Amino acid sequence: MQPRTSDFTSSLSSIAQSAQRRTLNFVFLLAALALILAVHYDFLDDYIMTILMLMGINIIFAASLNLVNGYMGEFSCGHAGFMCVGAYVGSIVSLGFFTGRFFGASFFPPEFAPFLFPVVLLAATLVSAVFGLIVALPSFHTRDDYLAIITIAANFIIISIVVNIDAIGGSRGLQGMKRTMNAMRQVLDIPWMLVWVVICTVLCITVLYRLMTSTYGKGISAVCQNEVAAEIMGVNTNRVKTMAFMVSSGLAGLAGALYAHVYGYINATNFDILKSTEGLVMVYLGGMGSLSGVILAAIGFTLLVEMLRFILPAMNDFLHAFSLLPADYSLNQVWKWVIIPLILILLMQFRPEGFLGNKELTHVFPRLKRWIYFK
Amino acid sequence: MPLLEINGLTQRFGGLQALADFSIDIDEHDLVGLIGPNGAGKTTVFNLVSGFYRPTSGSIRFAGTPTLGLKPHRVTALGMARTFQNIRLWHDLTVLDNIRLAGYCSLGYSFLDAVLRTKRYKDAEQSIRTKSLEILEMMELGEFAQEYPKNLPYGLQRRVELARALATKPKLLLLDEPAAGLNSVDVDDLIRHIRWIYDEFRISIWMIEHQMKVVMSLCQHLMVVDFGRTIAKGTPLEIQSNPVVINAYLGDDVL
Ligand SMILES: Nc1ncnc2c1ncn2[C@@H]1O[C@H](COP(=O)(O)OP(=O)(O)O)[C@@H](O)[C@H]1O
Ligand SMILES: [Mg+2]
Repeated sequence: MQPRTSDFTSSLSSIAQSAQRRTLNFVFLLAALALILAVHYDFLDDYIMTILMLMGINIIFAASLNLVNGYMGEFSCGHAGFMCVGAYVGSIVSLGFFTGRFFGASFFPPEFAPFLFPVVLLAATLVSAVFGLIVALPSFHTRDDYLAIITIAANFIIISIVVNIDAIGGSRGLQGMKRTMNAMRQVLDIPWMLVWVVICTVLCITVLYRLMTSTYGKGISAVCQNEVAAEIMGVNTNRVKTMAFMVSSGLAGLAGALYAHVYGYINATNFDILKSTEGLVMVYLGGMGSLSGVILAAIGFTLLVEMLRFILPAMNDFLHAFSLLPADYSLNQVWKWVIIPLILILLMQFRPEGFLGNKELTHVFPRLKRWIYFK
Repeated sequence: MPLLEINGLTQRFGGLQALADFSIDIDEHDLVGLIGPNGAGKTTVFNLVSGFYRPTSGSIRFAGTPTLGLKPHRVTALGMARTFQNIRLWHDLTVLDNIRLAGYCSLGYSFLDAVLRTKRYKDAEQSIRTKSLEILEMMELGEFAQEYPKNLPYGLQRRVELARALATKPKLLLLDEPAAGLNSVDVDDLIRHIRWIYDEFRISIWMIEHQMKVVMSLCQHLMVVDFGRTIAKGTPLEIQSNPVVINAYLGDDVL
């Protein structure tokens, strides 16, 4: 038996901890509110807003990939395939609900848009999760290189299928999702998409955090670290893998649906192997199996890609000014695809475990523990 | 009815006969030893019983259920737990988490419970946590709850693995060379812990062990295998003076 006093103090400290965490949630809420108000009163312009939304989408995309590649230690290379599924399913449902496209007449009047948008997101998530199930099956028997090849193949297959279905735009892509956004704006003039992206990002992080701190979710780490021991200790490894793949791909689908509505236009080629590579870069940048690491990496990566937009033309001018480049060659945005894989290669070479390794921010800065709790 | 009933178990790996016509009955609250030279097929027996391999032929009944064809996690759920000859812990999870995961097969909540943090989730986690800490305390590991196993000395790693197996609340505990690599102080601790587990939980224990000190002080019956064949059965004293066994170990200075 433990002495009573220690019971008492431990319960006191746990109350204090939960109170602090509640304060933290409150701070998050205030920040989100402040953000939305700032946008509403035009303190933030559209450009910054788009970057913020892109950050949120990237966080969801990378954090969900981290579940499989980080926590479970598999090597999935086709994560953008699921984002593609989500983007198209979300767009089809959205267009079907609020415009005449796909189901003849529109199902619902536009005033319903703000209330039915969660349905759009949910549909995208669920259908993508089902696709994840299909990829989970080969993972029962293969790991590492073979699984990597299978997931790349899945990415290509999904894109080829979409490109070849004329009803959803084929290679021309699909547009009109802005109309759903406009419908929402007519009900209440706030930056709806920013609101949805913020909600979904917080939701995604919460789901992953809660999953990975539960005994149920730790089964994923167990499978990663010693599959034999996991199976022997009563973990149904096949079920764990299926669950992880489905959650991961479902969240990628959610990111896809948000992406489709932020831009109002999608094309299957937006979700090709290059997009999957972006996901890998973010995961390995942040540290495999580190939730806080991957969030930071996604934010940093989004900023980096945006900066390249300005840096590359500037470099181009600079190099031309000193005649370091042939006069008829200009350094264009394609070079982004030299720089990003280069980052990946350098990272693998010099810090293969990522910036945070499989540690959380709270390990690097222990004082944060008062506010957030990770493992 | 015995707790574990094995009849005519045979395992071939290609041309190699790793185990031939192996039979044993283990009763409730029994402590049985399995010995034999290296490569005799001892670990293979455990791998077959715990559902890792499918035997070429033979039958296994555990707690009245035929277990052939069941996946290992199902066998564990029936009440069998094991440790490994070479330690298999989750080295990047804390000791406490290692023990917590032993509750996996009787979690009693789903994915949605975990994500929504329902009352069912909280109750289940609370009870798993309490029980895990209890087991760590009982195995004299309480102070290492937040350590990572990879940072612990070898003897403690073995003990964590034993605690983890115990945390699944087994009816039968399979220990594969639990004393391998331990120094003599660790071995004494191990003997004490195994005896305590055996008396406290009144479960059955089946262990593979080379060290005569461990086997002699713990086991009631012994079984000797060599080249996959059972060459002797009896009490530790009988086995020690059995010429067939001595012959099998010739050259080994174990006995
Ligand atoms: N999965 C396997 N595939 C092929 N041969 C195996 C396998 N597992 C064990 N063996 C062989 O079976 C024999 C018995 O091995 P094992 O049961 O591990 O012996 P020990 O009695 O030392 O535990 C050895 O010759 C080993 O090489
Ligand atoms: Mg062995």
